[in-house]
Amino acid sequence: MKRFIYEVNESWKIAFAQMQSNKTRSMLTALGVIIGIVAVTLMGTAITGIQTGFDKSMSILGDDVLYVSQFPWARVNDWWNYRDRREIKTDYAEPLNRMIAATPNSNLIIAVPTSNVVRNVKQGDYQVSGIFIQGTTADYPLISVVDFDEGRFFNDLETRTAANVCLLGYDVADALFPSQSPLGKEVQIAGVQFRVLGIGARQGSFLGLFSLDSIVIVPLPTFKKFFSAKSESDIRVKVRDKLKLADAKDELTGLMRRVRALPPEKKNDFNINEQQAFKSTLDPVKNSIALAGLFITGLSLFVGAIGIMNITFVSVKERTKEIGTRKALGARRRTILLQFLIESTSLCILGGLIGLTFAYAMCFGIARAFPSFPIQFSFGLVLIGMFVSIFTGLISGFAPAWSASRLDPVTALRYE
Amino acid sequence: MLNTDTIRPRGPIVINIENITKHYVMGEETVHALRGVTLQIHRNEYLAIMGPSGSGKSTLMNMLGCLDTPSSGSYEFNGKDVSAMNDDELATIRNHEIGFVFQTFNLLPRSTSLRNVELPLIYAGIDPETREERAAQSLRDVGLGDRMYHKPNELSGGQRQRVAIARALVNNPSIILADEPTGNLDSRTGEEIMSLLENLYQNGNTIILVTHEADIAAHARRTIHLRDGVVESDATSEPAEFQTLAFT
Repeated sequence: MKRFIYEVNESWKIAFAQMQSNKTRSMLTALGVIIGIVAVTLMGTAITGIQTGFDKSMSILGDDVLYVSQFPWARVNDWWNYRDRREIKTDYAEPLNRMIAATPNSNLIIAVPTSNVVRNVKQGDYQVSGIFIQGTTADYPLISVVDFDEGRFFNDLETRTAANVCLLGYDVADALFPSQSPLGKEVQIAGVQFRVLGIGARQGSFLGLFSLDSIVIVPLPTFKKFFSAKSESDIRVKVRDKLKLADAKDELTGLMRRVRALPPEKKNDFNINEQQAFKSTLDPVKNSIALAGLFITGLSLFVGAIGIMNITFVSVKERTKEIGTRKALGARRRTILLQFLIESTSLCILGGLIGLTFAYAMCFGIARAFPSFPIQFSFGLVLIGMFVSIFTGLISGFAPAWSASRLDPVTALRYE
Repeated sequence: MLNTDTIRPRGPIVINIENITKHYVMGEETVHALRGVTLQIHRNEYLAIMGPSGSGKSTLMNMLGCLDTPSSGSYEFNGKDVSAMNDDELATIRNHEIGFVFQTFNLLPRSTSLRNVELPLIYAGIDPETREERAAQSLRDVGLGDRMYHKPNELSGGQRQRVAIARALVNNPSIILADEPTGNLDSRTGEEIMSLLENLYQNGNTIILVTHEADIAAHARRTIHLRDGVVESDATSEPAEFQTLAFT
């Protein structure tokens, strides 16, 4: 064992000395790995960035919230079975909450109705169009994370009195009030005056899904008064324990059937959705993009590995006599194998380190230039990058190192 | 004057070779490099192996150096059967028992003298402190105590060969196998190397010299002539300078 450690030590020294004495060659060879590692890590960064953005979008939905809606979120192939369904009414929230309160040990906490419609919002000369106007109750913050830059959510009183108050998403506020705080100011939603109560904190958006940055929230009674035409509603129900989501779903299904007064022989004419439904639709797409991306960038790393293999073969050839001498002095096969494996690996590690530095700098630059682009350089990525370089070195060095270790000492000594 | 070898008690047998042969297949032809060589070498012998090229001299040296195994016959090194050993076992024998001195020195060009001499000790699994100590001592023994941190290209030919000898000695081998040790040196430096070998012999080392030069072989106490893969003659003799001394 001690002998092994000394041999490994010795091999690192040799590898280092080799690189020093063949600087140009080593750098050019490492360049292949550098490019490969940069490509792979940037791809990895992009993928984790996409994943993070995706998860963030998903978390806006909440992983402990069930959505009672007219249609399923996942794509269906038999749409005709769904088209005659009755709408979901915001009024369902009240009986649902009553029943939840009456059920001992219920898996559900609270039901909150929301209604959505698309309208234009105006302030002075500024106008933004195609904004989601969402009507809900003062209970909304209980089921969804609502962060405020300024102001507050509307209260129960403002809800019941159908006050003309609203909350602006970050982007909406930014577009309508570029140079002043919107707090307490008036905006016009489809011609109706609303007072701004609060401004949401920036959430970021991804896939164009559910960005809270570009919505306006108003009290539900106010919403019904002005925007009920063409609106779509759902009921959001918070679950007590997200590990028991299936139980909660069953319970909610039962409650909804009672609310809708469905006889036992009738099928459900509503859907209970959760973010999982989205995930299961989008995950395969996302995964195959990631896989294809990694495969293509992996090819560049593969080319780098071929370069390493090639140069290690050259090195073995050049130093045949040295190998012979080492064998004569008592180097075993393993010793020689190790020596050349460590040489190729150290080249890859060098390339990997430089590559990771480049990748880090590029990530930093991209993050600076395009703040909205979800890119993340993580410590885990560095670990993976280093692991990949070491692995590349071992794989590409193996064939030349093996051939060196198998050299016949007599032939090797005679080699000129 | 008495023959120094006759009064010196013969040591135990180090190398015992019986009827070894070696043949190579080269294309269609089979080359018989050794056709049955039997040889015993005792501890503290100074032996020269001579012969023209093609006599099997190099092949025999490779056998003796455990770099190669015979096609048939038996080879015992310190009582261990070497002829059936695998590569790694042979490497261990070479590391522990044999010190090589090559015509072309075979030093690692980018390493200092000290690091070159340390090499066999690394393969022997000896710790760094002991390694450096022993390598330094070995270099001092060959008179290179002041050249430890020089690289081969900073040394003269004679100094390089002395580094190689220090490297051969560092692991206290049973035999020192010198293959044309003066072949790349001028005659004066060659003589220096030969007197160094003579010293080693006087200090109890076993030396096997492979050469085709008679005046180099004359330093040995026993000379074996090979021809066509067999031992042609095996003679014990007085070394040249001792004979001169005897006549004065």
